[in-house]
Amino acid sequence: MWRDALLVAGKDLRVEWRSRVGLNQVVPFALAVLLLFGLALGPDAARLRAATSGLFWVTVLLAALLGVQRSFALESADRAGDGLRLSGLDAGGIFVGKAAALGFQLLVLEAVLALVAALLYGTPLEGVGVLAASCVLATAGLAAVGTFYGALAAGTRVRETLLPLLFFPVVAPVLLAATKAWSAALGRSGGGGVGWLALLAVFAAAYVAIGTVAFGPLLEDS
Amino acid sequence: MSVASHPVEAVALTGRALAPARGARIASACGLVGLVGVVLTVWLGLWVTPPDAYMGNLVRLLYIHPSMAWDAFLAYGVSFLASAAYLWPRTRDLRLDRVAGASAEAGVVFTGITLVTGSLWGRPTWGVWWTWDPLLTTTALLFVLYLGYLALRRLPGEPEVRARRSAIAALVAFIDVPIVYFSVSWWRSLHQGPTIQPGRSEVHGSMAWTLLLSFVAFSLVYVWMLAERYRLAGLQARDEVEGLADALAERRAEAGMSRAGEAS
Repeated sequence: MWRDALLVAGKDLRVEWRSRVGLNQVVPFALAVLLLFGLALGPDAARLRAATSGLFWVTVLLAALLGVQRSFALESADRAGDGLRLSGLDAGGIFVGKAAALGFQLLVLEAVLALVAALLYGTPLEGVGVLAASCVLATAGLAAVGTFYGALAAGTRVRETLLPLLFFPVVAPVLLAATKAWSAALGRSGGGGVGWLALLAVFAAAYVAIGTVAFGPLLEDS
Repeated sequence: MSVASHPVEAVALTGRALAPARGARIASACGLVGLVGVVLTVWLGLWVTPPDAYMGNLVRLLYIHPSMAWDAFLAYGVSFLASAAYLWPRTRDLRLDRVAGASAEAGVVFTGITLVTGSLWGRPTWGVWWTWDPLLTTTALLFVLYLGYLALRRLPGEPEVRARRSAIAALVAFIDVPIVYFSVSWWRSLHQGPTIQPGRSEVHGSMAWTLLLSFVAFSLVYVWMLAERYRLAGLQARDEVEGLADALAERRAEAGMSRAGEAS
């Protein structure tokens, strides 16, 4: 299964590296969102600083949605998904591989966004350990849920509108926990940082496990 | 046209549709008793029971809001169990899928009413339309989660594919509920805002009876809604299967007639 996961993740990352859709479209989109938030809440520096962690994570959520759509647009174009199904790779491996590729891209995006948010909103990045850990754990959860619902919506004609409706309510706890962990690390709220990390870990573990088990039947259907 | 060309089949179809099965009779009885119960609840709740010492006439929301919330959670519970049973290979049956869908639909209606009545109650007693209480937040998220589930169900496709997809989605959504509840309650405990406590009221005498009646009446209404929606889903499924065959038969009959007309 792990070998299959590596193969699929490598494939998705190679496609991204050659097409650079994420780099040329999703990253600039996320930067535009950060700017728009600044316009909506600024130019009051104190307010922007207080809201940094929430704005950052909402932006990540929006970008993650685009990432998921891109990840499954790859499979539906030229019926590549049929090839994937016929390849004989383990379904759980395909799930882990696609989620890992998506998660890796999101992590790169988050690194860029964090720096830009720190600059734009005037928030010095403190507690880098907690910031990074919450990014890794939250991204694992987002990637797992996103891959799962991406596959669910992929075969349908209304996938662009259905996916956000399914995806966002489910990842609400990720937004909450990651925002609070960031606020704690940035010194915007007292304590609880490690607890929120634990919650993120539980969420990620639960959805990676479910996705690995349930992906087989989903893949057959779409 | 198809009725005329297949008289035997037509009789069989209408016969099946007209003869009420035992389950349908029980459902109708539930609906009737539930309706009487609702009328009684309205009468008792608005005219017979006294206003509350603390909340005044607002307490009359007690006879609708809790029972709506109970119905919503009952409906989601039934939907979850039916979905799980559908995924279990030994109990796999498309009828279970229809129960899951019908119950979720009823649940969304009751959740909507719960949110609206709760908000109407919150404004005069707490001073706000909305508060980020764990139960409230979880209920609101449940509402959108299940709207998504219903949107997924409405997609066209093979019945078996749709059933499996929906059942998996229902399970995944359901797992989210305790996580949401836990995280929001923890969030609230860490960030102690202005805490809002619902007014403590003694519920006794005619109020307690009316409250109990409202639970029974609205639960019966739920059962009736579930049964009717389930029956409708069955008819829709049959229409999907037989509708095409009927249409084909109709076109063939038309083609046959026109050819016969040309020949003569």
